[in-house]
Formats: sequence, C-alpha cells, structure tokens
Amino acid sequence: MGKGSRKFSERKAEFRTLSGLPVNRTYTQEDMKGFDYSKDVGSPGEYPHVRGIHPTMYRGRIWTMRQLSGFGVPEETKERIRFLTEQGQTAPSLIFDAPTRWGYDSDHPMAKGAVGRVGAPIDTLKDLEDMLEGVPLEDIHFTESTIAVIVLSMLVAIADKRGVPIKTLKGTVQNDILKEYSGPSMYIFPPDHSMRIVTDVIRFCCEEMPLFNPISISCTTLREAGANAIQELGFWMAHSIAYMESCIDAGLDPDDFAPKLTSFFGCHHDFFEEVAKFRAARRMWAKTMKERFGARNPKSLALKFHVQTSGSALTTQQPLNNITRGTLEVLAGVLGGAQSIALSCYDEGLGIPTEESVVTALRTQQIIAYECGVTNTVDPLGGSYFVENLTNRIEEEAMKYVERIDEMGGAVEAIKNGFIQKEINRQLYEDQEAIDKGERIIVGVNRYEVEESSAVEIFEISSDVEKNQKEKLESIRRERNDVAVEKALREIRDTAEGNGNLVPPTIDAVKAYASVGQICDVLRDIFGTYKSPRLL
Amino acid sequence: MNMIENTTGRKIRILVGKPGLDCHDRACVVLCQAFRDAGMEVIYTGPYQPPERIAETAIEEDVDVIALSLLDGRHMTHFPRQMEVLKERNAADICVVGGGRIPEKDKPLLEKMGITGNYGAGTPLNVIVDHIIERVKKERGI
Repeated sequence: MGKGSRKFSERKAEFRTLSGLPVNRTYTQEDMKGFDYSKDVGSPGEYPHVRGIHPTMYRGRIWTMRQLSGFGVPEETKERIRFLTEQGQTAPSLIFDAPTRWGYDSDHPMAKGAVGRVGAPIDTLKDLEDMLEGVPLEDIHFTESTIAVIVLSMLVAIADKRGVPIKTLKGTVQNDILKEYSGPSMYIFPPDHSMRIVTDVIRFCCEEMPLFNPISISCTTLREAGANAIQELGFWMAHSIAYMESCIDAGLDPDDFAPKLTSFFGCHHDFFEEVAKFRAARRMWAKTMKERFGARNPKSLALKFHVQTSGSALTTQQPLNNITRGTLEVLAGVLGGAQSIALSCYDEGLGIPTEESVVTALRTQQIIAYECGVTNTVDPLGGSYFVENLTNRIEEEAMKYVERIDEMGGAVEAIKNGFIQKEINRQLYEDQEAIDKGERIIVGVNRYEVEESSAVEIFEISSDVEKNQKEKLESIRRERNDVAVEKALREIRDTAEGNGNLVPPTIDAVKAYASVGQICDVLRDIFGTYKSPRLL
Repeated sequence: MNMIENTTGRKIRILVGKPGLDCHDRACVVLCQAFRDAGMEVIYTGPYQPPERIAETAIEEDVDVIALSLLDGRHMTHFPRQMEVLKERNAADICVVGGGRIPEKDKPLLEKMGITGNYGAGTPLNVIVDHIIERVKKERGI
C-alpha cells in the first residue's frame, strides 16, 4: 500500500501486529481470494470450528469465570474462594506455593521464606482438605503441573472421603509439564519421565473420571516468558502433538482421550491479533486431530480453552490503567470464543491481588458478559476481511513452527536441544528493546509517565504463615501411621520402577498423609532430576 | 577494547542470579543480553539457586558484580542472606545490585546492606547498565 499523498500521510512507515505481521491500511474482498466459507470457517459448532465450538456459544451459556486463588495458609485461600463465590465467580481456580510445586515440604531449607507466598502451601492431604472445606469438588481448576499426579490423587482422596463418586467430578488439573521446560523451568524430573507421569494421569482419568480434564495445555506460560502470539500458538500445537503421541504410544485411542484435552492461552495487548489467534487455534486443533491423528469423534475436533489475561502486559506504573488493559483482553477472549476466563488483577505487578482488585476483575468480566451486548451473537467478527485474513496468517506462521519442530523429532527434542527456549528468549529481548527505544508505546512506562505516589494498597502475607504451616506438618507427622506411609511409598517406588500407573499408589500414599516432599523424594530417587541446557 | 574497558579500566564480569524458588526470570534473560550488549562478560545461574551456590559460582568465575532479581516478595529473605554468605566466604568485595518487585520501603534497608539499584519493572535497560558501570567505577576508585 502506497503512502498516499501528503494529505493522507500516515503516522508510521509500516504497521505491524505485536508479533510482527504487517497490517494493511484496509482489507477488502481482494484479500479473501480463494476463501471458502464452509470449508475454511464453517458455522459455529461445525468443523473446522473457527467460529466457536458450540452453535449457540454465549447465547446458551456464558463462559466460566474463574479467578486464580492461592496464598497464605490453606484456610486463607478457602476464605478467598468463598468470597469470590459470593461475588458471582462460577468456579474456583487454585494455585499452590513454590515449595509445593517443587515437591518440597514447608520445612525444607529451600522453602524458607517462600511458604504461602505465590500460592497456598500443600504439604499433606490435610492442607487440601482444609482449603476445600465446604467447597464443592465438582469443578475445580488446579494450576498444577510438576506435582499434578499428587494433586489429582488428593482430589480423589477427598472425594472418596466425602462419598462423592469420582465419575461425577468435572474440573481440570493443568498437568502440562512440557511448557515448564520450554518456559519458566519449573520442573523436577527429566522430560521423558515427566511425560510418563503426564500420560499416567491422562490414562487414569480416561478409565475412572470421564468428566474430568486431565490436562490443560498451557502455552500462556510461554507467552508470559516472552513468546509472541504466533510462537504461543506454534509451541502449543507442538506440545499438544507430543502429548497426543505419548498417549497413543501408551495404547490409548485418540477418540477416547482427545475430547478430554483442554488448552489454556494468554491474551495480550494486540486486540485483533488475539481474537485471530483464538480462532486460528480452533482450526489448527480440528485439522490436526482429524488429518494427523484420524480422530472421528466430533468432540475430539472441538478445542476447549481457558484464557488468562496477561500478567506481563500489566504495568506497575499507574496500576489502575491495568483495569482498562484487562477489559480489552477479556473482550478479545470473548470475541475469540473462550470457554473460561481469568483476568489478571490490576495490582498483580505489586503483589497478591487484594479483595478489591479481584472483585474489580470479576466485575469486568460480568460487565462484558451482561451489559455490552457482545454475547448476543456468535463470533461477531467472523467474516471481517481483516480478522479472517489475520486468522489465516497466524495459522500459517504458527504451523511453520510446528513443521520445524516436527523436523527436529517433536517438542521433547526441541526442548532438549533448546530451540523453543532460544526462540522465546530472542523474542523477549526484541520486545524489550522496542519498548526501550520507544518503538512500542506502553502508557505510563515509556509515554505519559507521571510522578507516582504509591497510593495503591499492597497485599501483605502474614509472617506467621511459615511457622504455622511447619507446626501443622509436624503434628501430622506425629499423628499419622508411619507403617502405612512407608508401605504406600514403597508401592510408589515399585510402580515408578516398572510400567504401572502411578496414580493408584499415589492415592494410597496421600490418604495415609504422606507429604508431597516424601512422595517427590521417592520419585526423584528413581527418575533423577534435570537441568535444562544452558541457553544464555 | 570496548566502552566499558575504556571507562572502567578493564572488562566487567557480572553474574546474574536468582536465589530461592521464584520462577519469574524473564527480566534475568533480558538483562543478560543487555549486559552482554554493553560489553560485559555475563554468567547466568538460572533460577532456583540457593545463595550459597550463587556465591560459589561468583567466586569461581571471579566476577566483579552479582545482580540479583526477585519478583516473589522474598528479597528481604534472600538478599541479606546473600550478603552474609559473601562475607562468610571473604567475597564481600563483590558489588551486589538488586532488582525486581521491591517496595519503596525496603529500598533504604537494602541500600544499607550494600545492595544498590533495586530497580523495578519498566526501568529502561540503559539505566540499569549505567548504574552498574558507575558502581564498578566507584569500587575501582575511578
């Protein structure tokens, strides 16, 4: 497109999306050559699902609103869940603290200072029982990957104790370890052993928990580590393929488990790019399941996903501006057809969200759902010359990553050789440079800055959390039956050394109140630990 | 000879470290590249390091500066501990700079321990690089 006469000159020499795709001044029919509506897009609820996985979408049911909760001692998290439920949150989403996710008990030397900080501590089943007291078990999302097998086992144990048949449990355990190697490197075991655990969890749920989602393929984490929208989608698809292949190798039929796989995306500043990304994701999933894996069950072809608005898109400067950013990001998620959404709160750059900020996040979702009319029709941006064009281009670019990773032998290999990590790091640095040079404007950071008074309330974690948690763990150690614990741990060891499913012995161990640290120590002993290749 | 060697006499060796269990290491990744672009020699420990191991690596690698980053609110646990460990190992001459999610009220406390900078999100990279160069110049009596 020419720059036009001086009268119609443009602000910049070129316009690009956040991931670098060029954007034209206008889009017309000319940009839609070869476009076949029924084949390329289809009606809502129909293959290839670009417009949404249900014919009625939000006319039938509004997306699930689940804000992330987890801090302090388990009882404080329970209180936050109760508070959010009263405010109209549809279902809870839980996150545990760093020691728990690393498989360390609260009194491990590495846990010092970290107990209850960026999540709630779970040492034994008692902690999850306390956190979920009075909370229905039917639809809980556990943002847990490193110790997913233990978390699932704890949920089953609590359901058994309450007399709730596990066949009736919906909900999700994240159980996506590949993105930890690709992104923030929070993992315990080497990739191949981790893949075995992931697959055990999926297999157990296929057999015992038909309504439960045993994995949420979560490349939002890579986005937060620095990936752009195209990379997020490409790496997500490559990770998904790796999980599919691992389950098929374990003897499962794609149509038995594919409907149970869910996904989890981020959502960043570039509104149309995000909408297009979600639409492209559904088509990539549908095509891959059908053409690559031969899936026939219509449910296998329909991608269900959760959206968490970006934390790295928030600023610590002028934090109230983040409410506007979050609003736009949720709107992109809704116009992209998400099944559930969490909005990162405006004060998350400063600390754990306060009650006020988390309610504002929930209200933002409710306003978009019920006030502004965007839920009245399905995929209102479908057919837009620009959005359809962008959807196609994002898919093309993302599939190039899938092809490159296929050539390397799949996602696990691309992680071992550091390809994915290097790509993310490169993008991260380029983006930071663009901000530093002022090529990308971030309001309040490199444009429209003000002298700030720290007027925003910052949430403080009680300093007693660590002490209380250690005392609780000590008392459980005194009271539990050590013989039963040792027997259960031996069972886990034997299973880990063989090929059996790790979930059943882990259920026995958590029921005996073996701690997360004890169970992980046994697995560390058998599987070893891992250090990602040096990438910097 | 690059700009840093010109202004500070010799190259700067810097270790970027992330003590404890904080997974948020995108700032470290960016800083490593920025320090390298500025002509420094950079060693990155990766996340999840105990302060003891950071000190060991710093001594082995003979660095001038340790840059610590934490966003999980545990800087008042790990940063002071890092200073203690360096003292115990007779490495208190290594400059320590900090950054991350550090509330205003903690900054004077950290300064008093000798941990300077303490920049937060949104700080331009050149501000951080300049601070480190100035700190090293002061240390070297330039």
